[in-house]
Amino acid sequence: MPDNPYAIEATDLTVAYQEKPVLWDVDLRVPPATLMAIVGPNGAGKTTLIKAILGLIRPAAGQVLIYNKPYAEQRRLVGYVPQRGSVDWDFPTNVLDVVMMGRYRSLGWLRRPGSRERALALEALEKVGMAPFADRQISQLSGGQQQRVFLARALVQDAQIYFMDEPFQGVDATTERAIVALLHALRQAGKTVVVVHHDLQTVPEYFDWVTLLNVRRIASGPVAEVFTEQNLRLAYGGRIAFLSRSPHADAEEPPTPDLPMPSPTRREEPYGYPESAA
Amino acid sequence: MDILKVLHDLVFDYTLRTVALGAGTLGIASGALGSFAMLRRQSLLGDAMSHAALPGIVLAFLLTRAKTPLVLMAGAILAGWLATLFMMSLLRTTRLKQDSVLGFILSVFFGFGLMLLTFVQRLPDARQAGLDRFLFGQAATLLERDVITMAALGGVALLAVLAFWKEFKLLSFDPEFGASLGFSMNVLDVILTTLLVIAIVIGLQAVGVVLMSAMVVAPAAAARQWSDRLGVMVVLASAFGMLAGVSGAVLSSTVPHLSTGPTIVLVISAIVLFSFTFATSRGLLWAGLRRLRQRQWLQMEGVLRDLYLLARQHDDSQHPHSQAVLQAMNPGRAGIAHTLNVLAQRGLVRREENGEWSLSTEGARQAQERIENETQDTTMEGTS
Repeated sequence: MPDNPYAIEATDLTVAYQEKPVLWDVDLRVPPATLMAIVGPNGAGKTTLIKAILGLIRPAAGQVLIYNKPYAEQRRLVGYVPQRGSVDWDFPTNVLDVVMMGRYRSLGWLRRPGSRERALALEALEKVGMAPFADRQISQLSGGQQQRVFLARALVQDAQIYFMDEPFQGVDATTERAIVALLHALRQAGKTVVVVHHDLQTVPEYFDWVTLLNVRRIASGPVAEVFTEQNLRLAYGGRIAFLSRSPHADAEEPPTPDLPMPSPTRREEPYGYPESAA
Repeated sequence: MDILKVLHDLVFDYTLRTVALGAGTLGIASGALGSFAMLRRQSLLGDAMSHAALPGIVLAFLLTRAKTPLVLMAGAILAGWLATLFMMSLLRTTRLKQDSVLGFILSVFFGFGLMLLTFVQRLPDARQAGLDRFLFGQAATLLERDVITMAALGGVALLAVLAFWKEFKLLSFDPEFGASLGFSMNVLDVILTTLLVIAIVIGLQAVGVVLMSAMVVAPAAAARQWSDRLGVMVVLASAFGMLAGVSGAVLSSTVPHLSTGPTIVLVISAIVLFSFTFATSRGLLWAGLRRLRQRQWLQMEGVLRDLYLLARQHDDSQHPHSQAVLQAMNPGRAGIAHTLNVLAQRGLVRREENGEWSLSTEGARQAQERIENETQDTTMEGTS
């Protein structure tokens, strides 16, 4: 096949910590302009998968192609939103400074950010509704605001493909709506976004592709095709709890999945929010 | 001690000037690099590095039989580096936690250094005299060539911090994001760690291996209290380090039999204590005052609100009530009389002739406004 149509193509990705495989022989193909969720129980290797693709963890085997070229050559096309809890929010810096970090790659070694970087950072803050907070010390942000700062930092990277690690984790309803709007805007602009996601309820509503992961890849493809009860059962094993609404979706209308799977009214059906993540 | 005389000597007295310059240099370097060590939660690494430098110093002397500052410092840097390498590999290959590894490496290297030092002191070689000053530091023995070496090394370290400012910030705040951008965090880690070793080694002759870690931790800790900006924090930490270095060195060289290391450490400790108490943003004193003011404000709110709710039962928002009723609504709360008086001064409540209290027009308006806001807040909750 001379030309491959995928934005991301990972083959045979395997990661092991001290002999124990945490990610085993995972293949992943994501077409451009797709919003893809990665779901799976705790310890399924969702974060590891993202980090292995980004080269933050050295995989034991496997390779990653970004638009048909090795990742190392295409790094500038990729943006990253790490888990909010991975940094110390008491670090002495302000919102604008953190967002400008997204420009560091295009600046390269030793060059300092200047007025152009400030303008770009402010523009990105505007997009996530955080412009009034530009000078705010980062320790004074709420969880949702921290998340939006991280998103703004990824936006100024001006990437083609974004990897986001649990951006919906513990955020308020305003932030959740802002993130969803942002995801849709990114797709509209032809960007590909891969999101580690915990809330199975909202998968059909927010995403068009989904990968179910539990060390191995259980299924991957359009939500309508692969987000089935059978696949969820395979991914989560016996650990599927009753259908419960996630706390941050409370203010929203309950999502109505238009999928070939059990309707949310049949509460005894064993799919829904994973017990382990509740 | 005459301050003018000291100031005069600082400029014109060769010994004092040399000592002060040296101690100032070490304070600036350790303050700047210590800030990064603190933000990366590696303050204790500095402790292990400085202790580990001792065998390097003695071995460098044994091999060259010379006390050239550059040679001794090179030995110290090498030993400090080796210790760090050992720590990293122990952490990687064993299940030991960082604190045990630090403690282990520190005592092994320091013990070995002490052993070497005792051995050297028994050698029939007069040149070894003075090596033991590296234990507790003796600023009075600093010579011009020492200070020149210190300043050169310190200057290189500071220039490197300046050059790699943005990269070091990335490394300290979010190394994974930095790595995803393509910056080699390993290379940056090696550079920053080397600079920390250099900053520590600069201070060893004046402060000593035992107490040098205080110069890594303390200036940064004090500076963090005063600023929420990395740049300001690093500059402040350097300033505090310099202040402590110079004043400690001057004190110890004017007062006989006073080791420099402990004196410098006492001065920086005083600065830390002052900062923890009085710093404007994080200091304990202001935090306490803020809490007190907040409590008073809450109490005023409460009393206003109680008076309003009570009065509303009489269809008259200014209907008076006795203090006893208010007290009964807040059993066990002290200071209601005081709060009423404060409110009266502000014209929000009035004392009636029978001793009962009523809301003024303005007080009633404010109380009503707040109660309305409250109910709005609770209905808004969950959507914002």
